[in-house]
Amino acid sequence: MSTSTGTPAPPSTAGRPGPSPRSRFASRGTRGREGLWGWLFVSPMVLGLGLFMALPIVMAAWVSLLNWDGQSNPFTPDADFVGLANYRSLLAEDGLARTLLATSLRNNTYYVLLTVPLQTALSLTLAIVVNQRMLRGRSMLRTTFYFPSVTSSIAVCTVFLFLFQGSGAVNQLLGYVGVKGPNWFADPRGVLWVLLEAAGVIDGEKPGGFLAEHRLMGLPWSEWLAGPSVAMCTLILLAVWTTSGTFMLIFLAALQNIPRELEEAAALDGAARRHVLRHVLLPALRPVMFLVTTLGLIATWQVFDQVYVLGQGDPANTTLTPAFLSYSYGFDNAEFGQGAAISFVLLAIVLLMTGVQRVLLRERGSRRPRRARGRQAQDTPEKGAVRAHD
Amino acid sequence: MRTTDAEGTGTETTVPGTNGNGTAGTGGAGTSGAVTGSAAAGKAARAGRRKQAAAAEERPVLARFPRPARLAGYTLLLAFALLYALPFLIQVATSFKTDPEAASRPLSLLPEAPTTAVFEKLSGSGEAGDGVPFTRWLGNSTLVTVVVTLGRVLFDSAAGYALARLRFRGRALLVTFVIAVMAVPPVVLLIPKFLVLNTLGIFDTYTGMIVPLLFDAAGIFIMKQFFESIPREVEEAARIDGAGIGRIFWYVVLPMSRPALITVTLLSFQGSWNEFTHFLVATQSSDYETLTTGLARFVSGGLGAGTQYPLKLGAALLSTIPVAVLFFCFQRYFIRGANAGAVKE
Repeated sequence: MSTSTGTPAPPSTAGRPGPSPRSRFASRGTRGREGLWGWLFVSPMVLGLGLFMALPIVMAAWVSLLNWDGQSNPFTPDADFVGLANYRSLLAEDGLARTLLATSLRNNTYYVLLTVPLQTALSLTLAIVVNQRMLRGRSMLRTTFYFPSVTSSIAVCTVFLFLFQGSGAVNQLLGYVGVKGPNWFADPRGVLWVLLEAAGVIDGEKPGGFLAEHRLMGLPWSEWLAGPSVAMCTLILLAVWTTSGTFMLIFLAALQNIPRELEEAAALDGAARRHVLRHVLLPALRPVMFLVTTLGLIATWQVFDQVYVLGQGDPANTTLTPAFLSYSYGFDNAEFGQGAAISFVLLAIVLLMTGVQRVLLRERGSRRPRRARGRQAQDTPEKGAVRAHD
Repeated sequence: MRTTDAEGTGTETTVPGTNGNGTAGTGGAGTSGAVTGSAAAGKAARAGRRKQAAAAEERPVLARFPRPARLAGYTLLLAFALLYALPFLIQVATSFKTDPEAASRPLSLLPEAPTTAVFEKLSGSGEAGDGVPFTRWLGNSTLVTVVVTLGRVLFDSAAGYALARLRFRGRALLVTFVIAVMAVPPVVLLIPKFLVLNTLGIFDTYTGMIVPLLFDAAGIFIMKQFFESIPREVEEAARIDGAGIGRIFWYVVLPMSRPALITVTLLSFQGSWNEFTHFLVATQSSDYETLTTGLARFVSGGLGAGTQYPLKLGAALLSTIPVAVLFFCFQRYFIRGANAGAVKE
């Protein structure tokens, strides 16, 4: 057996100048033992991850086909097999389950649509600001912005509950500038209707007009279009506030990886600050932007802790999310089959989001460099460097 | 530092201000012109000096913002930083207030009549008083966190080392498996996890709380990434000296891996201390309540009786302190951990 085919180089060595003859000799001698040690080292992890991450999914897939109340053993032939009924009641049949799912999807969609752009924009801005070399107190600021991210979500929710009470600190602050704040956590009105009413466009008593007559998935259009409720807005604020620090750090690391020469060359060419930002920094940050929005999308579709503490779906189900609905069906109503089915709907959404974003980014990624090259031919060296960087 | 800067800026901010108003205002043209002249001269001189100093140290790529813009920027930034810090300051202040004061003056940072009643109540043994068994929560949280952290550091580094260095059949497949597991949204696993714990008969036990948390794909990935950055020569030298794989791992590789080990330790500590959803589905009886599940039930109204905001905020404050202390001591490791999220791509 020839050495080169007998021991395929592991992927990790691909970037290195291949192993020396001596090391190859040594590793051949201990190869059998390496296999043994390798499996010894990974076996706890394989067992654990398999048992508590992979197996649960298989079990839940089965339970989502059952009518199970959490008492008996669901893995016996006596189990009440109902086929796809749990999914049908969620997606196809008119009823409470479908209306609740539609409501939770509506809520979470608005939550995602507002939270992800806000947290990405805010964290990017913070990162660019904190990255200024001449800024005083940079590390102090960085610590301040990051600290909310490391604390427990429950503890932070407790603080927000206090701050956003009807007569709480936030409303008192708003009072100083002459604004009468809403009763945040108890206000189920959709923000869009509130704004339109304030502008005098619609009648606040029955917003939506004829839209209230027609329904999609058992939920009137006036509800679909209402925007996040005032209560949901506090959850959005909370999410932006707690996550922007983490994402700021990710952006910051990427900014510090951008070669300084790039900015200097642009500055020498007389580029204004915003041009440097637009044509040097942002293109170089694109992969990180993708990472941050993907992480944001995945996380915001899973919002749970905040919902649990700040109202459990109240007021009027406007803070209900699919994750909480799934939990609530299982643990409050003892309808675990229905709850498991909701988790799979949620899983499908999260996977779909990630997939769509991947495709979108791949398309844009292949088109982008060509366009940029066409537009500014004179600074090709930097552009080349940017592309090499990402 | 900052005050001198602000004073220096103060004289100059008036310049564009008066110029801007000059078009609308009447008279005073002479004085404003004089101010502009002297300030411009001073600005030029200062700019020259600054240029030299900057060239000597680290020079900014672009010209600095003009002073008024800079002052406005600092003000805005400080206001923003306050937005991030204020909730915690209010939390601290409120936990020293009485219930009526917390309700009537929610914004004040100085309690009128500071009281430590909240902390006495919380440290009081167990069920007495308000039914907030804080010491029990604390004990459970501590137990779980310590065991989980120790276990994770061990398993993560062992698995990470095997995936980074050891050659064995199925390794590439395992790496894919770890990445796939990281992609599973944890909230989707709420009911599934309960199913497994229930089937294994460890629902509502410490075992059920601890064991599933021991396995953490992200930590494995951090360790794997780090081990791959260590030069192989060190291990090979030890191997030639006759050391076996176990010895090399324990006596050569691990001591070299301090930064990664600290990162994983801190992340594990923070993760299990702040863990909520797993404990929520893994336990039922109040005996197993941790700081997170206990506090969540208390706050969301499970323990009844009034608003009691000082008590709630005090409990939340105490539960934040351990992670906060670690954070301020080991900030750069936390930052590395935050960026380890980027590793997934």
